Amino acid sequence: MKHILSILVQNRPGVLARVAGLFSRRGYNIESIAVGTTEDPDVSRMIIVVDAEERIVELIAKNVHKLIDVLKVQNLTHESYIDRELVLIKVNATPRTRSEIMQIVSIFRAHIVDVSDQSLVVEVTGDEGKIDAIVSLLRPFGIKEMVRTGRVAMARGAWSDEGQQQRPRVIA
Amino acid sequence: MAAVEWSKSVGKDSAKPVRMRAGEAFVQALKDEGVEVIFGYPGGAVLPIYDILYSADIKHVLVRHEQGAAFMAEGYARATGRPAVCLATSGPGATNLVTGIANAYMDSIPVVFFTGNVATAAIGSDAFQEADITGITLPITKHNYLVKDARDLPRVIREAFHIASSGRPGPVLIDLPKDVTVAEIDYVYPERVDIPGYKPTYRGNMRQILEAAHAINLAERPVLYVGGGAVHSGAHEEVRALAEKANLPVAMTLMGLGVFPADHPLSLGMLGMHGTVAANWAVDRCDLLIACGARFDDRVTGDLSKFAPHAKVIHIDIDPAEISKNVVADIPIVGDLKLVLQDLIEKVQPKRPEAWLKQIDEWKKEYPLRYYPRDGEIMPQRVIEAIYEVTGGDAICTADVGQHQMWLAQYYGFKQPRSHISSGGLGAMGFGFPAAIGAAVGCPGRQVWSITGDGGFQMNLQELATVKSYNIPVKVAIINNSFLGMVRQWQELFFDRHYSHSDLHTNPDFVKIAEAYGVRGLRVTKEEELAPALEEAARHDGPFVLDIHVAREENVFPMIPSGKSVADMVGLKGRLES
Repeated sequence: MKHILSILVQNRPGVLARVAGLFSRRGYNIESIAVGTTEDPDVSRMIIVVDAEERIVELIAKNVHKLIDVLKVQNLTHESYIDRELVLIKVNATPRTRSEIMQIVSIFRAHIVDVSDQSLVVEVTGDEGKIDAIVSLLRPFGIKEMVRTGRVAMARGAWSDEGQQQRPRVIA
Repeated sequence: MAAVEWSKSVGKDSAKPVRMRAGEAFVQALKDEGVEVIFGYPGGAVLPIYDILYSADIKHVLVRHEQGAAFMAEGYARATGRPAVCLATSGPGATNLVTGIANAYMDSIPVVFFTGNVATAAIGSDAFQEADITGITLPITKHNYLVKDARDLPRVIREAFHIASSGRPGPVLIDLPKDVTVAEIDYVYPERVDIPGYKPTYRGNMRQILEAAHAINLAERPVLYVGGGAVHSGAHEEVRALAEKANLPVAMTLMGLGVFPADHPLSLGMLGMHGTVAANWAVDRCDLLIACGARFDDRVTGDLSKFAPHAKVIHIDIDPAEISKNVVADIPIVGDLKLVLQDLIEKVQPKRPEAWLKQIDEWKKEYPLRYYPRDGEIMPQRVIEAIYEVTGGDAICTADVGQHQMWLAQYYGFKQPRSHISSGGLGAMGFGFPAAIGAAVGCPGRQVWSITGDGGFQMNLQELATVKSYNIPVKVAIINNSFLGMVRQWQELFFDRHYSHSDLHTNPDFVKIAEAYGVRGLRVTKEEELAPALEEAARHDGPFVLDIHVAREENVFPMIPSGKSVADMVGLKGRLES
C-alpha cells in the first residue's frame, strides 16, 4: 500500500540524506519525494511517498522521528488529505494531432506551455488519479519526456502545524 | 596569543566571553563537560588541536591504531557510565574509527568522536587524507556534525555530549576541518541545550504502568528479561527490588549481565543462543514476559514465531522505535527504565508463584551449566572459573568475540553492573583488549581483565605499546585454542567439520610478543600451572599477558542454532548427546 509521510525537519545540510537513508537501509524505494521550506524558513517539509506494508512504514517512521533534525512525522494516509502533483509532459504533436491534444488538455484544465512544430509541452496539476488519466490519454501520441515534481500533500481542515513543536507527535 | 587559563569556570553563559582559538575552545569545552581523558592519535588535519594538547592540562592516551582508541573510549564509557572522548585525524584516521563507532551505536554507548578534516575550501575535492566521515557514519551515529563555522563549536560540543549521554545513549561524531580549528572565536559555553527535534521521554505513561502492574499481579509464570538498557539507565537496584517484591525469575541478555547478581536465587543467568536451559525454558513457558531495556535481538529470540509463544509481553524501553520492532508488545511503556520501574514497583503486589519457582529450581538443578574435564588439557571454562576465584568475582572483565566471550558470560557469575564488558550487537573482534585499557583508565584501583581469544587479540595487540607506555595494569588472558573457536564450532556442527580457514596453528609466540613490547608474559599449558600463573598476573604491578593453551576443540553449550527455537536446543547437559 502507498503511504504519504509528511515530515517536518530542521533546514540543515544532510537532513535529506539522513531521512532517505532510513528507507534504503530497509530496502524500500522512495516513490517520490518533494522538499521545500515551510512558512518558517528554518524548517522544511518533506512529502515522501513509499509503497510498503503498514508495519514497515510505521517502523521507518519511528526511526525517522528519532533523527535529531526531525521535528515531526505524520502519516497522511491515515487522515483526510489533499494531494497534488505538477507534471510537465512533452508530447509528439503534428499539425494533424495538435487540436485533439489541445482538447484533452482543456478537459483536464491543464495548460500548454510550449509549442514547436513537432511537439507540445503540457503542464498539468492534480491528484494521482487525474495525472494517471491524462498521461494514459496522451501516451498514444507519443510522450517524449515527462518531469514530475512528486506529490505534495496536506491534511484537510483548520488544524495547522503552528506551534507543532510543542505538540505530541502523531506517529512516535 | 596569550595562553588561556584552563579552568572549569571559563566562559560559562554567565561569564564574559573569552577570546581563543577554536582548538583551545575544543579543550575548554571538554573540560567544561568534565572530561578527564582523550583517547587519540594525531595526524595532519588535527595538528592544530594537538598543538593545543601539548600544553593543555587534560589527559591524552596515545594509542597505536585509531580503532584501538575507539574501543578504549567505549571501554571507558561502559565501565564508568560517563561519556568518553576519542580523537583522530581526517581520512584514514577517521575511517579507522568506523568499526568502533558502529560498535558503540549497536550497544548504545555514549562516546563523542572528534575527527579532523581537510580545510573547508578543500572539502569535496578528494584532497589528501580526505574522507566524508559524516556521510560514512550517518547510519552508525546517533547524530553527527560537520562544523563549518568555528563559532558553532561550543554549542555543537555541548549538544553532542547531551545527545550522546541522554535518552538512548549512543555515539556522536564531530568533524572539524583544519581551518576551523585555527580560527579565533569568543568562547562561551552554553549552559542549556535546546534541540527542538530531540526530547526523549523519561516518565512512563501511568495508565500503561498500572496495566503492567495488573498483568504482573495476575501472572502465574512471569519472567523478567533484562537487557543493556538496565545498565545504561542505572536501574539495577530497581530491577532487584521488583524481582524480589513479586518473586520474578530474572533472565539477562549478554548486555544485561551483572544487573542482577548471578548467584541470586531468582537469577536464571543468560538467555538466548548460549543461554542456560532454565532461562530459555522459562521464557518458552512463561505467561508474562517483562522486557526491561532489551530489544529482542535474534541472538536472544531465535525463530521469532516460536519465541515466548504463551507470553503476554510488557516492553519497557526508552526508544519508541524498539517497541514492537521484533516482538509485538501487549503493554508498551516508553520511558527511562529506572523511573518506570520505580513507579511500577509501588503498584505491584508482593507475591510468590510457588509452582513456577519450584519448576524453575528443578530445571536449574537438572540442567546447570557444565563441562567435562579431560585429562592433560586445560578446559577453557575452568580458566574463567579460576579467574573468578583469583579476582574474588569483583574484576571488570572485558571479552572479545567468540567462544571465550560466551564462556566468560556463562562462568564468571557477574554480580555488579558495568563489570562485564562485551561487544554485543556488532560482535567486533579486536574489541576486548583496548576496551579493557579504557576501563582501567576510567576505573583506577579496580582489577581489569581482558579475557580474549588468540584470534581477537591479534586484531589489536599493537595496544600492548599503550599499556606499556602508561603502565596500565590490564591483565590479558588469552584463551588460546589456536582456532577461530566459534567459527570452528559452527563448521563442526553445521558444515561437516570442514575447518575452512579457521585453524590458527601458525599463531605467533604471544609471550615473546608481550616481552617485545616490554610487557610481562607467561605461558600456561598445564592445569596445575593455571592458578599460580593467574595469581602472579593479578599480583604484578602493571600489565601482564597470559597465553593459556586450552583444549582445542571444546564447544560452547547449550546452544540454540541460529534461527531455530528452544525445542532445537542442543547440549543441554554440556555436550552433544550421542
